[in-house]
This record gives sequence, structure tokens and C-alpha cells, in this order.
Amino acid sequence: MMDKIRELIDQHAGLPQGAAEIGDDTDLYRLGMKSFASVQLMLALEEAFNIEFPEEMLNRATFRSASAIARAVESLSPGSLAA
Amino acid sequence: MKPLGEVAGASLADRVQAAVEAAGRHAESVDREGRFPIEAIEALRDNRLMGFAVPAELGGEGAGLAEIAPICTALGGACASAAMVFAMHHICLANLIDCGMESPWHRDLMHRAATEQLLFASSTTEAGVGGDLRQSICAVEAEGERFNLAKAAPVISYGEETDAIFATARRDPEAPSSDQVLAVVLRDQYQLERVSTWDALGMRGTCSHGFRFKASAPVEQILPRPFADIAAESMIAASHILWSSVWCGIAADGMAKAQAFVINEAKKSPGVVPANAAKLAEAYARFRTIEAAIADALSRWAAMRAAPERAATVGFSLAMNALKVSVSTVALQVVEDCLMICGLQGYKNTGPYGLGRHLRDIHSARLMISNDRIMAGAGQMMLIQRSPAARRA
Repeated sequence: MMDKIRELIDQHAGLPQGAAEIGDDTDLYRLGMKSFASVQLMLALEEAFNIEFPEEMLNRATFRSASAIARAVESLSPGSLAA
Repeated sequence: MKPLGEVAGASLADRVQAAVEAAGRHAESVDREGRFPIEAIEALRDNRLMGFAVPAELGGEGAGLAEIAPICTALGGACASAAMVFAMHHICLANLIDCGMESPWHRDLMHRAATEQLLFASSTTEAGVGGDLRQSICAVEAEGERFNLAKAAPVISYGEETDAIFATARRDPEAPSSDQVLAVVLRDQYQLERVSTWDALGMRGTCSHGFRFKASAPVEQILPRPFADIAAESMIAASHILWSSVWCGIAADGMAKAQAFVINEAKKSPGVVPANAAKLAEAYARFRTIEAAIADALSRWAAMRAAPERAATVGFSLAMNALKVSVSTVALQVVEDCLMICGLQGYKNTGPYGLGRHLRDIHSARLMISNDRIMAGAGQMMLIQRSPAARRA
């Protein structure tokens, strides 16, 4: 799952560096992820993992880092660990 | 300034009323001369309302937005410039309270805000970022325990009158434009060089001149949270709620004039309902949606702040954007309605029904953070909003 998340961060977060160089807990906003990029990333995550983020998870904290995203995706789709 | 003990006996309504009267007495000269509404701010200080929101443990009264908003509305009906200064000051204070409670320097500043009735201003816009609150070009340059900051500020409202400026900047010279912090600098820690003069259609007393701003201060004065979080969780919502409350006040005073005009017509011809009474009722229907929108936003705000995670969701942000865009639009319509009701008596700058200043002031509402810009941002958020309506589709 982490590999997929990194791939999506690469494609959508609009960061100058590749996701491979970014730590699991690194703050993506501090690297320069803007709000529209986080919207694109969120839509891509829903598509890739076949999940739907509920309203209460649509906030900045959910998409702050690769590990935060992984926790959110996991909480929505326990079976996705195999993905 | 009166000591707290002296206002302690007065009711909140009396304290607010004293400030509203001072604001109203000088509104015309503030507007005509484009000068700072010093009498209104002095009256707010005398009545210890500038530190109203400071937590009680730090010498204030711990007022929340729900208590500050009606004061903005009451002042807005008397002098929109004074009301906007009060609103903007309290938006700064909200940021300070929101993330400065653990920081000794910021706690001390809050204490001073209450005891000395300090005035706070903000510098968020910067030349070159196209009015985007969430981007900075200038950066905090730290050198040991101190930092330097230089900013080209096309607007700092009442920059020359304030005691402190809350300025956004990139976290450090290497940070991307969206990685911002909010630095608080005191009057003796910065220099302002005026580069443009605020001579505008309305809101003339906000003295929103342009400046070159240069500051040097200890790094501990930088608020200990990313500005992105401050913006999402307190500043934007507080701004839209308090600005809307000011605009509501302008519209309310327009309504009062229009109603007085219609009542006067009715007295002139007893037994007949004046022709423009129906227009007045229509204006009132519009006006009510403003009050309702503010009440709704205040209850959403309270719910967000009470939630354990206190995180602003997309739905919350959309609701706050919607408040600003709709109130700024409808309040203008209401004042225009009032002008049509009062006719030439409203068009005249003299006489009891003059609406010229109201009209000019309310025209700022759609522009201070342009509604087009807000809707562009909201459009992005609509892609992911999970409203019941979107789910049904």
C-alpha cells in the first residue's frame, strides 16, 4: 500500500522532489503541497483504493504525510493491505 | 483609559452603546477626511472592549466570536470603518488565542492586550502573489535568537496606528511559497515606509495604505503553528464571520433609514399603506437571510471548536466561504433596496436618509478577498465535498 501511496504522491502532490526521497512522516504541506494538489491526491487515493473519505476525514491532517494517508486508507479499507 | 473596575459596573450593552455613539458621532468626518476613527477606538479602549476576547486568566473577558460579532454589527451601523478596525483587531486576537496559549511571550502579549488595550493589525497580502493569502514571497531570516523580515505590503490597514503587526512570511528562505508562518512584531520592532495612500471609494477610515515593512524581532514571537493551519482553523472563519457582521451592520442601518422613511410617508397620509412599504418588506426578507447566515456560521464555528480534533473539514471551509460570498452580495442588494425606497432623499449626502456612505462602504464587501477568488478555491473543494446531495447523485 505504501508503494502505491508514494506513486500517487509523485503524480499528484506537485512536489519538487520524488516521493522516494520523502520520509513516511514528512509534512507534505511544508514541502509545498497546495490545496488543489491535495484535492487531486485525495481523488486519486479514492480511485486507487476504491474507498470514499467521509466528511470528517476531509481535513488537512488526513493528507499531511505518507503515513497519515496510510492510516486513513487503512481505516477505510482493512482489506487493502494486500494492494 | 478607564480602569477595569470602572467599567465593571456597566453592562456590556452600555459599554458597547458608548462606543457605538462615539463611532457614529465622528463617522462623517472619518469618511470625508479619510482618517483613522480614533474617537471610536478610544471609546472601545475606555470601555475595555479591545481586550474583550482575551482569556480571563490573562486579564480579559474570554469572549468568543458569538459575543464579538454583535459588537461588529452594532459598530457597523454607526461607522463601518471603525467596525472593520475592531473586527480585524479581533481576528488577530483570535489567532493569538488560538495558538499562543502555550507560549510565554504570546501569553504576555495577550495580557498586555487586555491591560493596555493594545490595537493589532495584520499584513497578509504581499506584492507579487496576486492576493493569495496562502502564499508568501518574503521569508523569515533567522540569525540565532532573532529574525529579520522585509515585506512589500500593498495594504496594511491602520498600519500607522497599530501597536503590533501580524505578518505572514515563508518559514525560512528555502521554504516553498505555501509553507508560511505568522510572526507578531511590536511597533518598536518594525519600520513602515508608506509607498501608497489609501484614498478609496469607501471604508476610508481603515487607512489601508501600502508600505514597505521591515522588522527585526526575537524568533519566539513567531506563532508556533503553521500559518496554513491557523488560516484553516481560525483566521479564515473568524474573518468571514466578523466581516459579515460588519456588513450586516451597514445593511441594518440602511434598513433603519428606509423604515423611518416609510413610516414618515405613512404619517403624511393616514389610512393609506405607503407604496414603498412592500419594497421595505422585500428588503427585510433579504436582510433576514444575512442574519440567519451569520447565526448558522456561528453555530458551525462553535461545533468545530468543541470537537475533540478541532479540524476544519472541507464542509466547514465551504460553509465559511459561502457565508462571505452571500452576505457580501446580499448586503449590497439590501442597501440598494434601501436607496430605492428612500429615493432622492437617500441619494443626498445631507438629511436623515442619506445612504451614500453606506453604499460606498458596502461596495468593499465583495472585493476584500474577491468573491471570484473565493469561489475559485471553493470550486476545488466542491470536487470532494461529501454533502448528502452529492452522495445521492
